[in-house]
Amino acid sequence: MADPLLEVTGLYKSFDGAAAVDNVSFTVSESETLGIVGESGSGKTTLARCVLRAIDPDQGIVRFRTSDGEWTELHDKTDDELIPLRQQMQMVFQDPFSSLNPRMTVQEILEEPLIIHGIGDRSSRRVEVLDILAKVQLDQDSLTRYPHAFSGGQRQRIGIARALILRPKLVVCDESVSALDVSVQAQIINLLEDLQEEFGLTYLFVAHDLSVVHHICDRILVMHQGRVVEQGTVQEVFENPQEDYTRLLLSAIPSPDPDEPLNPLDRKSLGL
Amino acid sequence: MVDNLLEIRDLAVEFGTDIGTTYALREVSFDVPRGKVTAIVGESGSGKSVTANCIMRLIQSPGRITGGQIHFSPNDVTAYDIAALPDKDPRLLDLRGGSVSMVFQEPMTALSPVYTVGNQVAEAILCHRKVSKEEALEEAADMLRLVGIDDVGRRIHQYPFEFSGGMRQRVVIAMALVCHPQLLICDEPTTALDVTIQAEILTLIRDLQKDLNNSVLFITHDLGVVAQMADQVVVMYQGRVLEVGSVRQVLKTPVHPYTRGLLAAIPGLATKGERLATIASVVGDADLITPHPLVTLADGRQVSLPSDQLAALELANG
Repeated sequence: MADPLLEVTGLYKSFDGAAAVDNVSFTVSESETLGIVGESGSGKTTLARCVLRAIDPDQGIVRFRTSDGEWTELHDKTDDELIPLRQQMQMVFQDPFSSLNPRMTVQEILEEPLIIHGIGDRSSRRVEVLDILAKVQLDQDSLTRYPHAFSGGQRQRIGIARALILRPKLVVCDESVSALDVSVQAQIINLLEDLQEEFGLTYLFVAHDLSVVHHICDRILVMHQGRVVEQGTVQEVFENPQEDYTRLLLSAIPSPDPDEPLNPLDRKSLGL
Repeated sequence: MVDNLLEIRDLAVEFGTDIGTTYALREVSFDVPRGKVTAIVGESGSGKSVTANCIMRLIQSPGRITGGQIHFSPNDVTAYDIAALPDKDPRLLDLRGGSVSMVFQEPMTALSPVYTVGNQVAEAILCHRKVSKEEALEEAADMLRLVGIDDVGRRIHQYPFEFSGGMRQRVVIAMALVCHPQLLICDEPTTALDVTIQAEILTLIRDLQKDLNNSVLFITHDLGVVAQMADQVVVMYQGRVLEVGSVRQVLKTPVHPYTRGLLAAIPGLATKGERLATIASVVGDADLITPHPLVTLADGRQVSLPSDQLAALELANG
């Protein structure tokens, strides 16, 4: 097994006294894809954001192995101390429409992270931008255009390019393919897998679509009311779920085979 | 009585824009049989929702119906062509929310935030029948009970923000069903919901359809939902119908390359560790743009394909 990249221990975050993330612990290895699944309100996005310190957790330890191989603790860093680390941890959002600034050209959107982190000069940044654009399979003439000129799938490619231009180690994909049509979704999933192989990326993949998670992830955390109720490899969780809540989630997936009728478990009789 | 509640023939819709005319629907033809669930499946922009809006006559400027017919044969009145009705025809008032009603994708925007849930369900009754407000509220309560709202006596006086997403969608379904429509149009009714809540709402719609024996037109992009809900499937792409058949025909032995592409792109248990097929990789260089007429095959399904591919198909089917 590959070396661990991220270790989370006893993470806790509450909003107005209600625990959104409740004593969550997990480890992610390098080049692995960890799926975080659960219903809305289960705390999966809050968990991902706490890990990246997009919001501050109340309690718990988040350890991250930086590109020079040293372990560093994220949970007690000040905002200034986090800035250099943010190069190594990036995020791809759900909504390809609201996550890109409509007043910036693609060139500006992709160059901005490099400017913030003081990387290169104008001409070397241009090379980087062109390079990442090719990696996400967009044309060069996209650079002078604005986000509105692109389809949902193309915008998601821009969002992925923006996350990857800093060559991060960890990428959090928060419902990154949920808003896309099935054929576009397939293209973006293939792209994420290709890029993972090329750059050795580690993904934290937050999603509610269990078939997508089954396809792309190596391991899964199942969250319910802020707690991790089950974790394991994709095979373990899908083929032999241990918890009622996981069984409930799995039983709710509509099969594209009309001869496998939908027969969801009853939440009330499970006491959930 | 005709077996089909709705027969749509060569329906065409255009949207005039600054940069030219968009042909939203082109020669769309299919039937909605009585007492059955018909699903329209397609990607964004395929014309699924425009078709639904045509049936309710909700297409507004700059859009307009430029051709075709929507033959509607309700049980109680003489059949008529919805597409040909003038805008102020009283039959349209009976149609909307009366004999045809609709469940939308986003339950929060489909409900008014400033009226109680009971008032909104009762409003549908008061629009269509001459009953007192008390009677309407009583019927609304019965309907809310039927769609699985607990503690209706208290809930009926609450506002939509006091309901969860799944419960709101139940209220919208109650509103849609309260006038006993002969056709219920569901436009992506579960897309905004969690998978567990989706399963509950799908089961509810399916059970109610069996009990009430009405026709349902179910619009979705999710083939899993289609498989679970539909008797008959219409596959649309860029405003045209590419394939029509029973749910087993379309999902188990699709003949159109586009339908095969849609099915192959779903991540499933078998695709683990492999690259997903995309529509482009399945369709290859087959031309999806040139229109071809819908031809009925020997097994009853209809497909729109170039003549050489049709001949090959018919040969293969004997």
